[in-house]
Amino acid sequence: MRWNKILRSSGLQRFVRRIPCRPWLGGPSKNALHEGALRIVPWKSGASAPRKASRIRRGFSPRGCIHRPPARALLICFPILLAAILLLAAAPDKHLSVYSTAANYSLPVVQRDRRDYVGLLEVLEPLGKVTAKFDGQRWRLRYNNRVEGDFFVGKTRIRVQGHDAELPARFLLENGRGLVPISSLASLLPRFLGGPVTVHEDSDRLFIGSIATHFTASLAGDNPPKLVFHFTTPVNPSVSTEPGALRMTFSREPLVAPALPTLTFGSKVIPSATYAETNGGAAITVSSPVPLIASFSADGRTVTISPTSPATTQTVVAPPTPPAPAGIAVAAGPSPISHRYFAVIDASHGGDDRGETLSPTLFEKDVTVALARSLRQELESRGITVLDLRDSDATLSLDQRAYLTNTNRVAVYIALHATASGHGVRLYTALMPYGGDDRGPFHSWTTSQQAFLTLSQSAAADIANEFQKRQIPVRALTAPLRPLNNVTTAALAVEVAPQGSDLMQLTAPDYQQLVTSAVATAIAADRDRLGAPR
Amino acid sequence: MIPRHLLFGVSVLLVAVLGMSLYAWHMRGRVAAIPRPSNPSAADTRALAPTFTGPTERATLFVAFDEDGSLRPRSAQIPLPSGRQQRAEELLSALLTIYLDKTSPHTLASGADVRSVFLVDPGVAVIDLNSAFADGHRSGVLVEDLTITSLIHTLSANIPGVLKVKILVDGKERETLAGHADLTGFYDVTAVNQLSTQLQPVQ
Repeated sequence: MRWNKILRSSGLQRFVRRIPCRPWLGGPSKNALHEGALRIVPWKSGASAPRKASRIRRGFSPRGCIHRPPARALLICFPILLAAILLLAAAPDKHLSVYSTAANYSLPVVQRDRRDYVGLLEVLEPLGKVTAKFDGQRWRLRYNNRVEGDFFVGKTRIRVQGHDAELPARFLLENGRGLVPISSLASLLPRFLGGPVTVHEDSDRLFIGSIATHFTASLAGDNPPKLVFHFTTPVNPSVSTEPGALRMTFSREPLVAPALPTLTFGSKVIPSATYAETNGGAAITVSSPVPLIASFSADGRTVTISPTSPATTQTVVAPPTPPAPAGIAVAAGPSPISHRYFAVIDASHGGDDRGETLSPTLFEKDVTVALARSLRQELESRGITVLDLRDSDATLSLDQRAYLTNTNRVAVYIALHATASGHGVRLYTALMPYGGDDRGPFHSWTTSQQAFLTLSQSAAADIANEFQKRQIPVRALTAPLRPLNNVTTAALAVEVAPQGSDLMQLTAPDYQQLVTSAVATAIAADRDRLGAPR
Repeated sequence: MIPRHLLFGVSVLLVAVLGMSLYAWHMRGRVAAIPRPSNPSAADTRALAPTFTGPTERATLFVAFDEDGSLRPRSAQIPLPSGRQQRAEELLSALLTIYLDKTSPHTLASGADVRSVFLVDPGVAVIDLNSAFADGHRSGVLVEDLTITSLIHTLSANIPGVLKVKILVDGKERETLAGHADLTGFYDVTAVNQLSTQLQPVQ
């Protein structure tokens, strides 16, 4: 009887009743069962009662199949339960890793309508004061008592600070939690936070502000060679080894990709290293035919990978900081990046604005991001703090780019462009539009650059000299190129063309580095003049 | 008994309907008799040559060269009317004729045209491009820079008194020409002329 209840409540009874009992399980004879099985009708069928009655009259109670052998029910339930357990165990919980200067934290991701969603309140909570209120169909979110956003259940339309916007998928409300698609965060969060946000959607990683940790890798020494990683902030990866590889997994560091995901070193001992991101984390895998050991130095900013002798068993010397548990906000450690950035790097275009179509598969917006990463590494390696406006395929308006530059009071703004036409590099300063309507202390937005034009031209001349020293063809021109004329600091644009006719040179890391190192060297040499108080 | 005036009115209306039908039938036949291009998409979309056929004058056009990213002056004998606005339109039409040629040093998209030029006192010129000009323009800072400078410098060098230039596309303001050159503001002719000097070919 107990089994009956269980099966009925679980909906399995209908299934069980359709299965003919087998003699070795203690059921009726084979013929009788066959007859009984033919008479069995679906559960809840209106015609079942008289048929059931007829079966009872014949002495073949349907309960005979259910009541007598609980072992049969067990046989059916067990595989189902086992499969469910296995499935649950196999699917890892997805989570979104959020990196910001205020806190690094991890949030659960839910899937709705085949999209990844996250609770907006939970995203913003560690960053400031957030309140949410639901009245009927509208979910109102208030951030820091300053920014107010209205979300409408089941709709893609939202309204933030009186401006309408669209989400890529419906807004959902579940148990009071306002869920937004992760793909919307890149455009949605800047409206609340007022700063750049980068989302790595494939790996569920969210970077708020210029928080990314970059790294360079280079071989040092010959016998045996050592692979030295330099990170821009201290790191604490978990290190694991497997045959032919050493893997460093960064679960709480905002590590971002180098210009190319696979780095090759031309060494037989350490031929390559690969960067990959997955489920809220990043990993660097160093391949090698010999066992490797990782050692940390410079307060966790340098990791040296070297071949180990066969006798060595200790593989990891890691800083003692424990990893951050998922779902708990953790205050970020002291960041070496100052909040006062010296330079802004702007990878032009992005999102729907693809810029120049360099080839059917290569767009300007992608090359500029790679150039920006390379320039950032070059500048930071010279001790220059950098705010990178775009490190993903995000859409930023020209006004937003100028606004972010001006509000951060940086010393120099560098926009990056790429082109298939011409050769070498062109440096542009603003071609100022006519007039300008300065009124008292208020300067016209269109001619904001006017007071800084001499400084910009001087910086461009210095960079041009550096290119000439390196025998890279260069021209310095003016151009009606926004947002150069809206920026209130030294501002210039660098347009990179291939040196020869091979367009793919634009994507070659060595050419990119050749260009960006020249820019970085000139900026570093000009640091005092550019950074002088104005 | 139908009133007489009603019969008369209906008769007049019927005659009018019949007459109009015959006239429509006749007009339809005439329209059908007009020859048409077999493939409308293959119609010639090149900009028309200057329509003014009066006495010619020597004018200086500033022609962009993609090969070395330069702007070079080129003298041309162009029939120019006396009105400033018409002169401006003829000048830019002549410039576009060069760019739409197959051997052009700075090619523009097929169908690119200057719809009109308005000269508004004091010293304001408005160049209205067609959408084929902007939509088909190649993207790039220098290539767009060259087009803008060529148009404005040609205009200002031949039409005295132009101080600032606004560029529209199909009569509307557009953010950029092809992703780079800003079209939201007024171009300062003095600044553009300085840029034109920067773009002179290196001797």
